Amino acid sequence: MASLITCPHCGVRPKEEFTIRGDASLVRPAPSASDEAWHDYVYVRANPRGRTVEHWHHVAGCRRFLVVERDTVTHEVYSVVDGATAAREAQR
Amino acid sequence: MRYSAFSIVRNALSGNLNWKPQWRQPQPKSHYDVIIVGGGGHGLATAYYLAKEFGVKNVAVLEKGYLGSGNVGRNTTIVRSNYMLPGNEPFYEFSMKLWEGLEQDLNYNVMLSQRGVIMLYHSDAQRDAYVRRGNAMWMEGVSAELIEREQLKKMIPFLNYDHARYPILGGLLQRRAGTARHDAVAWGYARGADQHGVDIIEHCEVTGIRRENGVVTGVETSKGIIGCGKLALAAAGNSSRVGEMADLKLPLESHVLQAFVTEGLKPCIDHVIVYGGGHFYISQSDKGGLVFGAEIDGYSSYAQRGNLATAEHVMEEGVSMIPGLSRVRVLRAWGGVMDMSMDGSPIIDRTSIDNLYLNCGWCYGGFKATPASGYCFAHLIARNDTHPVARALRLDRFARGYAVDEAGAGPQPNLH
Repeated sequence: MASLITCPHCGVRPKEEFTIRGDASLVRPAPSASDEAWHDYVYVRANPRGRTVEHWHHVAGCRRFLVVERDTVTHEVYSVVDGATAAREAQR
Repeated sequence: MRYSAFSIVRNALSGNLNWKPQWRQPQPKSHYDVIIVGGGGHGLATAYYLAKEFGVKNVAVLEKGYLGSGNVGRNTTIVRSNYMLPGNEPFYEFSMKLWEGLEQDLNYNVMLSQRGVIMLYHSDAQRDAYVRRGNAMWMEGVSAELIEREQLKKMIPFLNYDHARYPILGGLLQRRAGTARHDAVAWGYARGADQHGVDIIEHCEVTGIRRENGVVTGVETSKGIIGCGKLALAAAGNSSRVGEMADLKLPLESHVLQAFVTEGLKPCIDHVIVYGGGHFYISQSDKGGLVFGAEIDGYSSYAQRGNLATAEHVMEEGVSMIPGLSRVRVLRAWGGVMDMSMDGSPIIDRTSIDNLYLNCGWCYGGFKATPASGYCFAHLIARNDTHPVARALRLDRFARGYAVDEAGAGPQPNLH
């Protein structure tokens, strides 16, 4: 795993400052969505070999949730953006 | 290949040049009754029990690397059955009993050493939790002992009893637990399966799963297309990738777990000792090296290598439990890819496809489960019926609300 993460707010920081929440590609279903949709959201994971997007929480820094795109084989980090920015762009 | 005292003498006299391989290197046939994907401990054990106990002998095990190159050769060799939940404990105790008879069954020395596994506690609350776990074990007929501090000091004098943050107040001991030689387990099952006619095909990577009318008809591999009556997946860290070939969506995330071994020392650590302040566990191999590990690195990964920060953390935990460890030099470190499930417990079940069977989700507890996993999976494949001790380990337990969450961590794979 790359040992440095470029936080959009704090700059280059060691990855030990972050905790990993998990897959950021999942979209939270509506409260009234089916049990199956909720099951898939809570329990099923694509678990890709290669590029993946994850929510990382900068607990020892700005405490913002970030979206980190990285590779699960080479451990290269492609991009780090603030979670709110990523959500706004997804809505566009 | 069979061994005897006579064969040792005869081969010694002929310069040890005439030993035969322990299993054949067959070319794949065009069709098998059962194909098992994954030639690790669980796949080999499944093939062995299928052939020996359930009479299914037309079986192939497909392994993409060489035999024993995955997690069966990468773990810290601990076998134990000190679980708490009723969905887990009978299964792991079944495994422990199979371990106890494994050497006679396989006629192979797997170096099972029932040296005892002790889990330390550092607070009154943790003691209560271990009393509860010990009682849960007794409820399933498994012996457990609570060792108080003074008694523990006599057993294991070198621990850091007066640590300021994590003073050692005692431990929960399972005397029947211990270690086994992991490579020998893979080789013993491979030889046993081979003797019963199972084809073990190494360097044969599965690249696709063929289906017709909703059932599996065969697999595409690097050695051509092989037909099968039933397909069984035991691909550990790569379960999601193999499952994807049959459109299975699984409750798994692959994570990397590291293990370490030190230079060889004279016998000093008699038990398997598990730290209660972290996840650190340590034992001493028969060769003298201290074998240890702790948490997974925390990020999803398919790389069989770990991160230096985690290595540092593991060693800090170790030194905090056994200060003398700071003088020991680490010889090697390695990583394995764990199929972390969403509740920390494994899955042995049918799938939405009639003749496709699934064995995955072993997290970092797969080695101890090898015999029971193989036996229960073989039972499921041969009889299309779940073995009684594996009845809680179903794929649909998440949807039904019956997760088996030993750690109580919720659906967060990197916390189990």
